[in-house]
Amino acid sequence: MSEYVSNSRLERVLKAGHLGVTSECGPPRGSDAEEVKKKGLLIKDHVDAVNVTDNQTAMTRMSSLAACIHLKLLGIEPVLQMVTRDRNRVALQSDILGAASFDIPNMLCLSGDHQSFGDCAQGQNVHDVDSMQLVQTVRHMRDEGKFLGGDAIKHPPKIFVGAAANPFADPFEIRIPRLAKKIACGAEFIQTQCIYNMDKFKEWIRRAVDRGLTEKTFIMAGMTPMKSVGMAKYMKNKVPGMDVPDEIIDRLAGVEKKKQAQEGINICVEHIQELSETKGVSGFHIMAIEWEEKVPEIVERSGLHPRPEI
Amino acid sequence: MIIAEKKPIEEIIQEVKDFDRILILGCNECVTVCEAGGKKEVEVLASVLRMYFMAQGQEKTIDERTLERQCDHEYLEEIRNTVDDYDAIVSLACGVGVQFAAEKYQTMPLLPGVNTVCLGANEDRGLWTERCQACGSCVLARTAGICPVSRCAKRVLNGPCGGSTNGKCEIAKDTDCVWQLIIDRLKALDKMDDYEKVAPVKDWSTDRAGGPRTVTREDVKI
Repeated sequence: MSEYVSNSRLERVLKAGHLGVTSECGPPRGSDAEEVKKKGLLIKDHVDAVNVTDNQTAMTRMSSLAACIHLKLLGIEPVLQMVTRDRNRVALQSDILGAASFDIPNMLCLSGDHQSFGDCAQGQNVHDVDSMQLVQTVRHMRDEGKFLGGDAIKHPPKIFVGAAANPFADPFEIRIPRLAKKIACGAEFIQTQCIYNMDKFKEWIRRAVDRGLTEKTFIMAGMTPMKSVGMAKYMKNKVPGMDVPDEIIDRLAGVEKKKQAQEGINICVEHIQELSETKGVSGFHIMAIEWEEKVPEIVERSGLHPRPEI
Repeated sequence: MIIAEKKPIEEIIQEVKDFDRILILGCNECVTVCEAGGKKEVEVLASVLRMYFMAQGQEKTIDERTLERQCDHEYLEEIRNTVDDYDAIVSLACGVGVQFAAEKYQTMPLLPGVNTVCLGANEDRGLWTERCQACGSCVLARTAGICPVSRCAKRVLNGPCGGSTNGKCEIAKDTDCVWQLIIDRLKALDKMDDYEKVAPVKDWSTDRAGGPRTVTREDVKI
């Protein structure tokens, strides 16, 4: 067991050479745990782990850690997303220990959307550490068994550590150096931004392969099915760092409105199948935003079901 | 320099309306350069207040004075002999000047006439932009001379974040992504290899986080 750093199923699946599958679950804007549980149960048998977002788009929601605990108690493996926007190093380290105390075995380190996008635009942000430094922090706690302050941790957290990468953000020439930097900080898996521009993504991962980076980390390709041509246009024009080629929009626009959602699923499945054969891709992170019920269909049709026995 | 901007006139009127003898006190330093609180702005504010209160049928004394600096004992002493002629002082200095004057004249109400915005530069006519946040531990040697602490909305030290688009920040289309600027300059310096050096977790104890900051220099003390 010594080759594993955590009790993570995701870690075992990836290290066994299987294509890993994760999905995402956004906590509710209220205190009803049933909403989280319902989403989790919809996808439970089709994924290896479920990311739980941390106040995404800076909208105040149930805490990621609390929602992770609800999933964990149902036997669903969470990936705790943590942004550096809202907590300083005291709170981050404290929550990491809290997560580990519930055997939450995965974490994704992010900087988080700026608070001006959310419901607390007049609030402060923290950014005591940045996302790469958060990766370093978890690795330091786990591998050195120490807090950032230098004191020993009695029972260090066993957490498999991930980071995000956006192959499409600007400037493009630092996309690979930036990935290399995250890996140097200790990112053991990477979940990417939603991929629609397949050519650009393939160019990015080819460069990652050439530099040997895919030998050092597991890259999970981010997939979000489009529900409509309206969503595709919104993603193209309004969401920072998103690259939606016109051919995707044209293809969705080419079918009648009530069939656009199905066409969006078809595109997603085709992309997963194509990338399953692409060197350097270790798995898929399927983010079906408020559309979790479609994840099983996508996973099954992509040939990723049943999930391997580990 | 310190960049300030004029407070809305309605706010100043609200602050001074209950006083009869008011001194508008300008400063000849930063706020003069950024055209928020120098002699010219003192004249304009005093005139506007006089007209306003005259129209209201209220008789008030509104005098003007501009000091060389308000963050210096020597210059603030210049008003000691006349300060009792007033019920309140509206200072158009930055927050430092307002406080220094308040500390010196304990019983005199001191009201700010400007909002102190940042440490910045005059980028263009009518445009002042932030350059420094006085974090107390300068990182510029490692960031191509461009500051991510003051100029990144998330003060990301290993940037850019995923929100950088076409060289602009995710928070506003007219805000430069500072990491784009850093990368452009690293390229110009032929130092792109430096990009992959990881900036470690920063010691913020020299920043606001460490409490009010002081600089003590024994060698220049009298």
